[in-house]
Amino acid sequence: MRLTCPLCGPRDRREFYYYGAADYLDRPAADAAPEAWDAYLHLRDNIAGPVRDLWYHDQGCGSWLVVDRDTVSHEMLSVRAVAEDRA
Amino acid sequence: MASLIETPPCGDLLPVIVTGAQLVELRPGPVLSIAPFHGQAAAVAAILAEAGLDWPAPGTSGVGGSLACLWAGRGTAFVLGPLPEPLAARLAGHAALTDQSDAWAAMQLRGPAAEAVLARLVSLDLRIAAFPEGAVARAPLNHMAALVRRSGADRFDLWVFRSMAQTAVHELKAAMTSVAARG
Ligand SMILES: [Zn+2]
Repeated sequence: MRLTCPLCGPRDRREFYYYGAADYLDRPAADAAPEAWDAYLHLRDNIAGPVRDLWYHDQGCGSWLVVDRDTVSHEMLSVRAVAEDRA
Repeated sequence: MASLIETPPCGDLLPVIVTGAQLVELRPGPVLSIAPFHGQAAAVAAILAEAGLDWPAPGTSGVGGSLACLWAGRGTAFVLGPLPEPLAARLAGHAALTDQSDAWAAMQLRGPAAEAVLARLVSLDLRIAAFPEGAVARAPLNHMAALVRRSGADRFDLWVFRSMAQTAVHELKAAMTSVAARG
C-alpha cells in the first residue's frame, strides 16, 4: 500500500500516521452546541467504499494530508496537502 | 570561564571502513532550522538571497559561499554554516528559527558500494539518475526518521536525530559488512 505525498512522491504506507476521519479538520467553534462537539469527537459513519481520511507524513516531510481511499478495494484515490487546500 | 569539551554525536563509533564503503562522521557546524510564518515565504527567500542562498524547492539543496541550504520538510529548510547575525535577526520576524546544531548526528557514507549499502536501508530510488547530486529526501533509514542528501557521485550525507546515532551506526555497519561480504 502506497500513498503519493505531494512533496515526497510515492512512499510506503508505514511512513505515514493515520489520524482518523477528515472530519477532524472541521472543528466546531468554541461556543458551538454540545451536540456539534459530540458529533465532531465521536460520531462517524462506517463506510464500505470511498472514505476521506486525515494522515500525517510522519517519517517524511511532516505534511498533514487529506486522503481519499476505498475501504473495499484499498485503492488510494487521492492525496492532497491540508496546507495547500487552505492556502 | 569554564572551557567546555564538545562531544561529537557518533564519537568513537566512527569511522567504519569496509571494502567498497566508508562511514565517517560529519561536523556540519551551525544548523539553523527556518520555518517561514504563513505568507512570509517570499520575505524569507529575499533575506536568504542576500546570503547567496535560494530557498530550496522540495527535495533539493543548494550552496552559497560557505553556507548551504537544505530542504528539510514541509515549509522548513536548514541553513548550514554561520549565517551572518544581522540576517538571522531579520529572519526572526518572518520565520520560526531553531538552532538545531546539536540535535542531529550527521554521517557520510561513501565509496563505490554506498548506493548498494543504502538500498538495504532506504526504500527510495537513490540511483544518481533519480537522485542527483544535491538531492535531499526525508525518509526512514530502516525505522529511523532521517534526512538523506546525495553529496557526490559516490557519497551520501545521512542525518538522524542525535539520540539515534548508535542505532544508525549499527544498522549501517551491518548493511556495509553484508554488501562487502557479497564481493
Ligand atoms: Zn511527504
